Amino acid sequence: MKRFTDLYTTIDQTTKTTVKVDALTEYFRAAPEADRLWTIALFSGRRPRRAITTTKLREWAAEQAGIPLWLFEESYGIVGDLAETIALVLPPATQDHDAPLTDWIEQMRALDDADDDTRKSAILGAWDQMTPRERLVFNKLLTGGFRVGVSRKLMTRALARATHRDEAELAHRLMGDWTPDTTTFTDLIEAPDDAAALSRPYPFCLAYGLDETPPEELGHPGDWCAEWKWDGIRGQLITRGGAHFVWSRGEELMTDRFPELAVARDLLPPGTVIDGEIVAWTGTAPLPFNDLQKRIGRKTVPKTLLKRAPVIVLGYDLLEDGGEDIRARPFAERRARLDALMQGLPENAPLRLSPLIAFKTWDDLRQHRATAREQRAEGLMLKRADSPYHAGRKKGDWWKWKLDPLTIDAVMIYAQQGHGRRANLFTDFTFAVWSGNDLVPFTKAYSGLTDTEFRQITAWVRKNTQQRFGPVRQVTPEHVFEIAFEGIHESPRHKSGVALRFPRMKRWRHDKPVQEANTLDDLRAILAQYG
Amino acid sequence: MVLRFTPSGIYCPAGDFHIDPWRPVNRALITHGHADHARHGHARYLATDIAAPVMRHRLGAIKLDTLCYGEERRIGGATVSFHPAGHIPGSAQIRVEVKGEVWVVSGDYKTAPDSLSTPFEPVRCHSFITECTFGLPVFTWPTETEAAQEINDWWAANASAGRFSLLGAYSLGKAQRILSLLDPSIAQILTHGAVEQTNNVLRAQGYDMPPTLHVTPDLKPADHPGALVLAPPAALGSTWARRFRPASTGFASGWMRLRGVRRRRSVDRGFVMSDHADWDGLNAAISDTGAENVYTTHGYTDIFASWLKDQGYNARAVPTEFTGESEEDSIL
Repeated sequence: MKRFTDLYTTIDQTTKTTVKVDALTEYFRAAPEADRLWTIALFSGRRPRRAITTTKLREWAAEQAGIPLWLFEESYGIVGDLAETIALVLPPATQDHDAPLTDWIEQMRALDDADDDTRKSAILGAWDQMTPRERLVFNKLLTGGFRVGVSRKLMTRALARATHRDEAELAHRLMGDWTPDTTTFTDLIEAPDDAAALSRPYPFCLAYGLDETPPEELGHPGDWCAEWKWDGIRGQLITRGGAHFVWSRGEELMTDRFPELAVARDLLPPGTVIDGEIVAWTGTAPLPFNDLQKRIGRKTVPKTLLKRAPVIVLGYDLLEDGGEDIRARPFAERRARLDALMQGLPENAPLRLSPLIAFKTWDDLRQHRATAREQRAEGLMLKRADSPYHAGRKKGDWWKWKLDPLTIDAVMIYAQQGHGRRANLFTDFTFAVWSGNDLVPFTKAYSGLTDTEFRQITAWVRKNTQQRFGPVRQVTPEHVFEIAFEGIHESPRHKSGVALRFPRMKRWRHDKPVQEANTLDDLRAILAQYG
Repeated sequence: MVLRFTPSGIYCPAGDFHIDPWRPVNRALITHGHADHARHGHARYLATDIAAPVMRHRLGAIKLDTLCYGEERRIGGATVSFHPAGHIPGSAQIRVEVKGEVWVVSGDYKTAPDSLSTPFEPVRCHSFITECTFGLPVFTWPTETEAAQEINDWWAANASAGRFSLLGAYSLGKAQRILSLLDPSIAQILTHGAVEQTNNVLRAQGYDMPPTLHVTPDLKPADHPGALVLAPPAALGSTWARRFRPASTGFASGWMRLRGVRRRRSVDRGFVMSDHADWDGLNAAISDTGAENVYTTHGYTDIFASWLKDQGYNARAVPTEFTGESEEDSIL
């Protein structure tokens, strides 16, 4: 546990990639095999199930610290991280330990069937042997909230270095639904394994945003292919050995959530892997993401929902054809093979090509992009015609060219302190638009300003608080912010009658007097147009 | 009331003076020399003799009268005296007595001793106005020895790896306290101008610190391999700091106790070291005053006041508009 905590701390304390990779490499060389396997699992999002409710952990920690629960909760609100808050309020340990990570995880999992008294004494005993840093890691494992600032890619690179194996091959091996219970370090990393290979998806190829860069800088339009960037769930549809599998980009096996995709077994030859977008479909166009979202949360989907929001896969790319990994082939070729494969599928098949957009000049494409919202797309994807299907995010061959967000100028009316990285800064704001002489709140936003701007606004909030409601401060309506958002829909639960998708502060409009902020009617007009 | 909270700051009607006011007043009693407590523009100042040189250095030609710790002075109907606050050299709590009723303004304070400032002394009073910058149970500090060990280990490791150690610390107080803890046998200690000027003021007062070298434009970093560079936090990311490469960066503050804040500063190492009292320090200090009434200012005032009420004190938070911002708040 000490070795793992040191690793976690080193990674947590640095922003330098080389330091992170070096620390991981060293860890993979030196740690016991079982710990290595757990570390790979944890660093690729395979967290153990939450062993104990956080309510209990809070009670026990507050009791142990000799503080009332409300004070614990207030502290948590400011620290912003439950595992850390517990680690910090507890009195110093009175004992020491040298148990490896795997032992602690096993102990923790053994508590699954234990009664509360046994759990409590086990947890208090564990805390009493640990430094605050170990407690932080342990608590994160306990609460199922373990995350770390290392991409899978870097973890895989370190593992490749430590084991002297090929990075791309390792990346592929680490995909799929293994857990430390179903495999061993040797089986996962070294041994040949046909059974696991059956369901295994490929690492997704990811794109960077084009942002402010004009596409002209990408060179000749003829070298590029363009398609819509759909607003659904990016996934891989796999048919192998008579079975089919659906994986999300988050590497979640979602086969059972989308029963309508089961016909893929009959429609596609075995040994096929399609990269595409899972969308709810009307017959001619995708439904808003909202409709798809209603299905995602459910393990089993009721019939009515299946009927109201049936899903299809809009195919982008072909990664495996006839059992052959064709990711190294140029995009244009893969795409042609995908076209051929989809030819002759029945009209009602839950599989369609995501159409390529023909264009001669970048200006042509600009005009297409401007119509993305009508297509229910988020913008465009640009792919270099001769590009391979990379593993992970790589700059240069693929670009997202998203639509400019919708915007509205709004008045800040409430402010609240942030937590975690932003404790003691005011970062959470409520914004309003005018309705006659009243300001009607319609959204909150937390991101988009620079640290310097957050400091400025924090100093201002301190001096311009009119009233406090618990942690929320009502401030003088004086500052106007341009709020950007990706979508808007009607919401009877909100006072303003609308809800925004991904709202954030785009700009602090120092230049704009508060009277000139937008109105509720302006907001309704956007709803009528884009909702 | 012996003291009142006014838009200019804490005011004593019986003596017609303010304590640490942030708007210009006729007579200002100053707890210590930090910029958020000792401001420009007052007609007359009163502070401790130890705080005076730094205040003159920072505020220029001011009309400044001084008192030693414990020395009493009659001002109008009030009797005032200054008592060690353990925050930085010369920092004081101010005791105000009017017709037998005693109030104490804590200023900024720290109960654990360090090697530089006069150790905190509790003062018995009826009403205590206390800062609570770190008034949450998550804030507890390591000992001075542990902190010194951690900083010196980091410096030594950097020096042996051929890296500079760039350490950010407030130029008055924290920087000198760190200096007094450094092990000068590791390598040269270099200082930013803002730090060095304060060093010189305090050295002239007789405070003992290891030798330092002021970073001037003609200084060649290569001549001082493995040096530790002590600079104000704002200088860490500036072009000024870029001449020291390769370097590991560190920051010493009570806020470094929080992982989120540590990450936001994006320094390589955060050292938990504060010139303010931690949770246990605040509670012990308040208990030692024997005060019935406690007013909380600076920091998590509402939460801390609620906690004190739970503990049986008659406590309340001083409204925000009557408090300035502490240096540690604003620096973030």
